[in-house]
Amino acid sequence: MREQKFTYEAKEQSLIVHLPRELDHHNCKNLRYDTDLILAERCVSKIIFDFTKTEFMDSSGIGVLLSRYKQMQRSGGNIVLYGVRAQAERILSIGGIFRLAARCATKEEALEWERS
Amino acid sequence: MGKELDVEKVREKINGEVKEEVKKVVREVVRKEAAGEAAVQEDALEKEQENKPDIEPESETEQAGDWLKVEFESLSKNEELARVIAAVFASRLDPTLEELDDIKTAVSEAVTNAIRHGYREEAGIVVMEMEIDGRTIHIHVTDGGVGIANISQAMEPMYSSDPEGESAGMGFSLMQSFMDTVYVESEPGKGTRVTMTKTINR
Repeated sequence: MREQKFTYEAKEQSLIVHLPRELDHHNCKNLRYDTDLILAERCVSKIIFDFTKTEFMDSSGIGVLLSRYKQMQRSGGNIVLYGVRAQAERILSIGGIFRLAARCATKEEALEWERS
Repeated sequence: MGKELDVEKVREKINGEVKEEVKKVVREVVRKEAAGEAAVQEDALEKEQENKPDIEPESETEQAGDWLKVEFESLSKNEELARVIAAVFASRLDPTLEELDDIKTAVSEAVTNAIRHGYREEAGIVVMEMEIDGRTIHIHVTDGGVGIANISQAMEPMYSSDPEGESAGMGFSLMQSFMDTVYVESEPGKGTRVTMTKTINR
């Protein structure tokens, strides 16, 4: 079972986090550390989470999203999700994430998204 | 001298013949006494004598029960392994994809709890035991970690004992949402055992 990693993309004041195939306690470990490093380096007002490859997630993923949300909230920023698939949708819904984060279909939409 | 040897040989011969006679008599007695099971007795005796192994064809009907037990180190990389093992085992019940996701998620939560909270990310052994009984799968996840002092508090939604604050406190809620029953036994300092069941109907 190969190592699953996060990859990052920065575009203006948006940070795109490409999530791995499985978002569990093991794979979430580095996310906090990585995003803290990036947020220290750049001015980020929107964190976009790419779920297109995520086939499975558990409550560890919820924990991580909640932490990033709180972090963004402190600086007046936002969280956006795109490409959410069936299993992840159920967990995100139960975790109440859709009340906190905006949801888009594509990366382009997510980049365009502004809080109204 | 010669006469004595002869006597020995004769004695042996008589003993041998007597043994044969005794054997015959025993067989007769067994046969008569177990008249109802006579066929079985005779078959058994005959088979013993003929040294034929009693081979019956394997039944092709559904297995009565299945059981699996696996022990692994409390390393987070083993969370995926536990999910995969549970999914393959549960597949024997021919669940829907959603039911399979339910089981994988519940197992992921229980195993993560054992590693993260039971052992606090230190070395330990997690035991996952599963059985299928009819249409129901039973899954037990056990650790020998710190244990839970107040189980009902631990199972409250949003409660988390994680000092770092990255834990959503949703583990037990998800287990309860996705499995039919969830039962927790724990003793502080000794460990915790989570038992979950799910019935797959068709």
